[in-house]
Amino acid sequence: MIVIGELINTSREEVEPAVKERDVEFIQNLAKEQEEAGADFIDVNCGTLIKEEPEALEWLVNTVQEVVDVPLCIDSPNPEALERGLAAHEGKALVNSITAEGDRYDEILPMLKEHDAAVVALAMDDSGMPNNADDRVRVASKLIDDLTADGIALDDIYVDPIIQPIGTDGEMGLHILNAIEEIATKYEGVHITCGLSNISHGLPKRQLLNQAYVVLAMSRGLDSAIMDPLDDKIMSLAIASDTLLGNDQYCANYIKAAKSERLTI
Amino acid sequence: MSKFEEIAEAVISGEVEKVGELAQDLVDEGVKPSEIIKEGLVAGMDVVGARFKANEMFVPEVLISAKSMHAGMDVVKPLLAEGESSSAGTVVIGTVEGDLHDIGKNLVAMMLEGAGFEVVDLGVDLSAEEFVDAVKEHNPEVLGLSALLTTTMPAMQNTIEALEEAGVRDQVKIMVGGAPVTEDFANEIGAYAYASDGSASTELAREFVGA
Repeated sequence: MIVIGELINTSREEVEPAVKERDVEFIQNLAKEQEEAGADFIDVNCGTLIKEEPEALEWLVNTVQEVVDVPLCIDSPNPEALERGLAAHEGKALVNSITAEGDRYDEILPMLKEHDAAVVALAMDDSGMPNNADDRVRVASKLIDDLTADGIALDDIYVDPIIQPIGTDGEMGLHILNAIEEIATKYEGVHITCGLSNISHGLPKRQLLNQAYVVLAMSRGLDSAIMDPLDDKIMSLAIASDTLLGNDQYCANYIKAAKSERLTI
Repeated sequence: MSKFEEIAEAVISGEVEKVGELAQDLVDEGVKPSEIIKEGLVAGMDVVGARFKANEMFVPEVLISAKSMHAGMDVVKPLLAEGESSSAGTVVIGTVEGDLHDIGKNLVAMMLEGAGFEVVDLGVDLSAEEFVDAVKEHNPEVLGLSALLTTTMPAMQNTIEALEEAGVRDQVKIMVGGAPVTEDFANEIGAYAYASDGSASTELAREFVGA
């Protein structure tokens, strides 16, 4: 399971003032905690700052990279901010995100090539958000075909089938699971990620739904998620699921996690 | 429990068929349709809105309550007297140009309908001109603009400017919402108000129409 740690995001209450005030210690601690908890990427997002965003994103990349070894996931709808963040990043970054919307695709692709970055590919196009499994598979397929034809390796593509709340559509959970399986089967080697906690929006005890859904989705081919690595329970479930799905030879990772007291029952 | 309380309770607990039946009972007893709406159906949805805001009710429960309210409306609405309106006012709503994210907007539209407003949902990715045309056509009291992306927030400002140029800016109260939108931003672009969620938008819309 490739975990993209989601906590450095200015839409979270405590984080926005920390970024505005350039609080190095707060941001670096939040980054280190996530890395120690097992995050494979640290997401940085300061989209709520709008006018100041490109500058703040560059600062975040520099500040976080001073203290962690894992690469960053540079997260913004704003191409200018992405460019600033990518230019500051050392090593191979993950860009969040490209879509099949015509303008967005054309703006982001050259950046990926210039900076040799991996990319989260959101399954939406100019016709809007996907409604069902077929929409998701159709748009994801187009994105994967276009990206690989444009020189991006399959291993550098993280398809996001777009999680929408189960609370507004009871079939949503199934649509997404079916889409994950179809994409994973059709394109062996592509990564499939998602903004996991969207599934539980508007419902009580959200963590329980997130925990159940990560297991269900992994069984269908999800191999990454943008989530909270400090949630011990969900991290434990992801580690256990990888072992049960045959992604952990000799259960080595599971045993190691148990011995280092990282598993919660 | 009065008949009005009974129908409000049935709306709150999301009993679709029962709401329809109770509305029919009241009609048969000769109760005025507008009263059934106001004292029964909308009164129930008011409680739903308040409980939603207090985290005592959740999105799927609100959906089924709204569906129940509509079951009652279907019975009562055709019987409204000429000139008698069932609606608390009209709201035109949509996501701004370039923004295709509509979950939040849909929830807000649903809550507004629940509160008795006539909602004209224009959909997603609407140009400033489309909003201007809709304001001219539907003559709403309230216009709701939604954006989820920070990159589409400037389109809110463009839309407000276009309404001004078209001379219809002062005909409507404009409220804006969406995850990255803040009170400060709303003030900056000259929107009338900022709504943090569906429940807040309902309260605002009520204020606007003086209901």
